[in-house]
Amino acid sequence: MKLIYEKSQAGRRASVIPRPEGLPVADVPEELRRGEPPRLPEVPEFELVRHFTELSTRNFGIDNGFYPLGSCTMKYNPRVNERLVMLPGFAQLHPHQEEDGAQGALELEWRLQEILAEVTGLDGVSLQPAAGSQGELTGLMLVRAYFEDRGESEQRRKVVIPDTAHGTNPASVTMAGYELTPVRTDARGNIDVEDLRGKVDEHTAALMVTNPSTLGLFDENIEQIKEIFRSAGALMYYDGANLNAVCGISRPGDMGFDIVHINLHKTFSQPHGGGGPGGGPIAVRKQLEPFLPVPAVVRRDDGSFALDYERPKSIGKVRGFTGPFGVFVRSYAYIRTYGPQLREMSETAVLNANYVLARLKGAYDLPFDRLCMHEFVLSARSLKRDHGATALDVAKRLMDYGFHPPTIYFPLIVAEALMIEPTETETKETLDAFCDAMLAIAREAAEDVTLLKEAPHDRPVRRLDEVRAAKNPVVKYGFDTTKAPQGV
Amino acid sequence: MTHPFLALTESDREEMLRTIGVSSIEELFRDLPAGVRLGRDLDLEPALSEQELSAHLAQLAARNVDTTRELSFLGAGIYDHYVPAVVDTVLQRGEFLTAYTPYQPEMSQGVLQSIFEYQTAICELTGMDVSNASGYDGETVAADACYIAKHATGRTKIVVTEATNPQVRQVIKTYAPGFGLEVVEVPHRQGTTDVDALAAAAQDAAAVIFQQPNFFGCLEPAPDLAAAANDADALPIAHVDPLSLGILEAPGRYGCAIALGEGQAAGNVMAYGGPHYGFLAARQDFIRRMPGRIVGETVDTEGKRGYVLTLQTREQHIRREKATSNITTNQTLLALGGLVYLTWLGPQGLREVGETCLALAEQAKRRLQERAGLELLFPERPTFKEFAVRVGRNARDVVRDARALGVHPGYALGRDYEGMDDVLLVAVTEKRTPDEIDRLADVLAEVAQ
Repeated sequence: MKLIYEKSQAGRRASVIPRPEGLPVADVPEELRRGEPPRLPEVPEFELVRHFTELSTRNFGIDNGFYPLGSCTMKYNPRVNERLVMLPGFAQLHPHQEEDGAQGALELEWRLQEILAEVTGLDGVSLQPAAGSQGELTGLMLVRAYFEDRGESEQRRKVVIPDTAHGTNPASVTMAGYELTPVRTDARGNIDVEDLRGKVDEHTAALMVTNPSTLGLFDENIEQIKEIFRSAGALMYYDGANLNAVCGISRPGDMGFDIVHINLHKTFSQPHGGGGPGGGPIAVRKQLEPFLPVPAVVRRDDGSFALDYERPKSIGKVRGFTGPFGVFVRSYAYIRTYGPQLREMSETAVLNANYVLARLKGAYDLPFDRLCMHEFVLSARSLKRDHGATALDVAKRLMDYGFHPPTIYFPLIVAEALMIEPTETETKETLDAFCDAMLAIAREAAEDVTLLKEAPHDRPVRRLDEVRAAKNPVVKYGFDTTKAPQGV
Repeated sequence: MTHPFLALTESDREEMLRTIGVSSIEELFRDLPAGVRLGRDLDLEPALSEQELSAHLAQLAARNVDTTRELSFLGAGIYDHYVPAVVDTVLQRGEFLTAYTPYQPEMSQGVLQSIFEYQTAICELTGMDVSNASGYDGETVAADACYIAKHATGRTKIVVTEATNPQVRQVIKTYAPGFGLEVVEVPHRQGTTDVDALAAAAQDAAAVIFQQPNFFGCLEPAPDLAAAANDADALPIAHVDPLSLGILEAPGRYGCAIALGEGQAAGNVMAYGGPHYGFLAARQDFIRRMPGRIVGETVDTEGKRGYVLTLQTREQHIRREKATSNITTNQTLLALGGLVYLTWLGPQGLREVGETCLALAEQAKRRLQERAGLELLFPERPTFKEFAVRVGRNARDVVRDARALGVHPGYALGRDYEGMDDVLLVAVTEKRTPDEIDRLADVLAEVAQ
């Protein structure tokens, strides 16, 4: 398919810009004026619409079908939320509007904060972080501010992270200026408590954990872990990537966690948008509230809502304004369609995952044979050993059956990992069709592995050469080259 | 079944539990210690139907005074530019809206190619060699750039001009301790940055960050600022308004190492501050230090052109604690909105939007001086679409009184700058008309001074 730049013809355009007459000519100094115009596409409006419509047909979203991408919680995105977010009172509201002209927006933010505090079992919430990884970084900034306030920041330099963690966790630790202390996973898929005990001391600032873990397993030793951290005077950080497993069932605050980030684009259905936007609010225990980002959204005694900048101990701002407001509208709307029934949402997600696991565990390796939570990790280790079929091959072959592949090669501690998260928004028929496909692929690996090796067969492109892309990076269109377009 | 987003019937459930080998849903949670179970219903308001939900949110929305209900000259980083219908059309395609990061390129050529086209558009706008797939907003990409500069230069001082958006400076300062950076601010003189003061501060600095046009709307002597930074071997970083770049020179053409900014003005609704996209582009030298996703061109096994996420060894899921950034979820959908908008504009439209903003702002300056008798704060400085004007008394009171007459006259600069309590920052986009500008002048004539 051609690039939009390859469809461009000088002189064509899609826009007409108002040009009021009789206005003064402003003086822009010659040395600041643009020389060459940018080579933006020149196309009529209908070509624009056709181009992006055609591009969309070369993409696969939840609306197209089952998308069990582990750890990403690819659940249905209700269309009413898209309509609501476009209400002029939300979409056309300037973020510097005075408080008395933004009471509806502030109330919505305040209500969402209250809901997230209840769901996480914690006291204070800031909606500001733009995504989960920024929530993590913000959380670690709070850890630093908390210990600075107590005069312990020089001493507490280490953050403990299990080897199952998302890559964002160690990256955030570095960006926050902390040192990483890795901790092992035990034979049941829990954090190895003995290993942990030896690594937590007066130099430890915090633990960062996802629970259920990226293995999809609830840590059975969570109460012991809490005791270890409490007695060391360190804080506990909960990566909320897997919150979809436990809403209304178990709360991070009740597990002992002091700081939580919530991925609104996972648990609370903000559409993932091909990579974003997300939302990464953080909830904290009382003693950490003074350090939350400014401005805080508060309700005054008279029932009005306001932005509070008077937080002398605040870490500052981590993003513009109060956060990605449109994400809050969608997630607030989503939660309001459930209310206390959020529990049923999580129960269904866990039931669906266990069902798929039960159907697949005979055909694929299961590194930790336990009931799972909302997701689980299989391994294609035996398929690889016996037939040369890797997790990647299984993933590509799934495309031929019309499914988006699961997350592969993560978590790192499982060889040939296939991380499957069905979510709650699927019918049993869809789950069965996926299981049938996975079982068929395992058979195909034994009978004719080339079917897997050459997959996918029916997508717009076959397997792509990623090594070539990284070795000689071409990261923008080369207008000057004479190379003919190779698309079809 | 009781909920529209759930599907299992009672018999589905029974059959599934039987397959799993447990007798109840409760049993699926047997690994949870009793001490960490909630054991009660969440204390949340009852579920709403779609119809009730729509009514509830419409009520909340109605309690906001948006720019369709109030003539607004607010800017200060977020602007009321026109967003054409084609942006909504494309962004509501479920294939884009409901997909995630294109980890599996064969399933994601639509998103991958559009990001490649976006990267091209950003490089064209800024005159840079490489763009990432987007950052969170105009604030966080500035912090990202500091991290690049630290590692590229081995230095730990960041210089930022005082005339740079206060929220950008605040976010940089929030990130700085973790990055091991100190932040030094350079004051403005009569609305623009003093080149000599900047040159002095740039010594031993990793980067010099300035905004063009700056927060007061004034045009900085940007080529001189970049030269001063380059002379000190500090990376010059320009924070730019994408809609100014049909008129104003591209940062890449005057020696900047990195160009970045808030993308909202180009294709996103204001939405009370987000979600929007931050753009970040750099010279070729920094390609392996860029944060976040980058899409590259390649070929498939049959030699056909295609697109993939590339240079992933920079990223957190591969590099973990040694990554160039922790970012994963970014702002792809909003960046796609930006691409659609820039395609809608084309080079001519981009220049014309800039010219209309420029001319209307100039008209507003004149009207506020002539009709309302106000004084410009920096009368000598050329501006783009925004300017600062003295209103004779506390600008926050002027805002309140003008709003009572149905006009939001702009941003009170005293919120961020000492000695500017009587100064209003007025933004004029192409959506404003000469008549509306007259109305602003009339209202300010009544409520100012």
